[in-house]
Amino acid sequence: MNNYLLPLTGGIILGLSAIWLLLTLGRVAGISGIAWGSIAGPDRGWRWLFLIGLLLGGLMTHSLLGQPVPSESTAPLWLIAFSGLLVGIGTRMGSGCTSGHGVCGLGRRSPRSMAATLTFMTLGVVTVFMMQNLIRGGA
Amino acid sequence: MKAWPALISGILFGLGLTLSGMSDPAKVLGFLNVTGAWVPDLIFVMGGAVVVTLALTPWVMRREAPLLASAFSLPGQQLLDRRLVGGAMLFGIGWGLSGYCPGPALVSLLYGYESTLVFCLAMFVGMTLEGRLSRALAGSESAN
Repeated sequence: MNNYLLPLTGGIILGLSAIWLLLTLGRVAGISGIAWGSIAGPDRGWRWLFLIGLLLGGLMTHSLLGQPVPSESTAPLWLIAFSGLLVGIGTRMGSGCTSGHGVCGLGRRSPRSMAATLTFMTLGVVTVFMMQNLIRGGA
Repeated sequence: MKAWPALISGILFGLGLTLSGMSDPAKVLGFLNVTGAWVPDLIFVMGGAVVVTLALTPWVMRREAPLLASAFSLPGQQLLDRRLVGGAMLFGIGWGLSGYCPGPALVSLLYGYESTLVFCLAMFVGMTLEGRLSRALAGSESAN
């Protein structure tokens, strides 16, 4: 029971963050879009502030609230780099990631975001399945 | 446009991602591992977030404009296309390979791990390459 309290609280805070940004600035809290816009976009100021805040929020969790820092991924660096490359290409091509489509887009009941969320969730599950059963199992 | 509310939104987002466990790639991979030792945490993260946005977005959108900007800047496109689905597929594969999506990866830069730095750099390279790649794909399609 207690195990799900932090994920649920964290999720509610994520939702409130997205609503606050929509209410004040009329913007979507989509991290891939904000990250890309911070280097390529016309309105960089608010995006940089958001990203600075993102790090500050993480700092608060681990230093003020004392949540343990998660351990580093054990995947080889080439796989991490390949994964990052796909995430970069895919989020630009598909106009969003877990936050923009998953949190904000579903909230706006956007059909595009529903399709995107179903697609990346499914592919994420399939990829993990293949990594677990075909590649690691076969080795 | 005033920008300071973005700082508050960012702080909340960083708090939410780290409190919920989203910045732990092992938990994310555990969530995607539905046929193995499934870790259900992320259902609560996504569920909590989406319940809030589903409930409050219509209330915000009843306004003619946001509080501190002249207009809402929302994606106008409604139709599903191959770019959306193809992009979401590539993103899903990348997500499943490492357990990182953009928000958790960026906030994890705090931890000073080599792998999150490599992921973020590669992500920006991918974002930069996407335009060229999509143009090349569109070009080869019209040539066929």
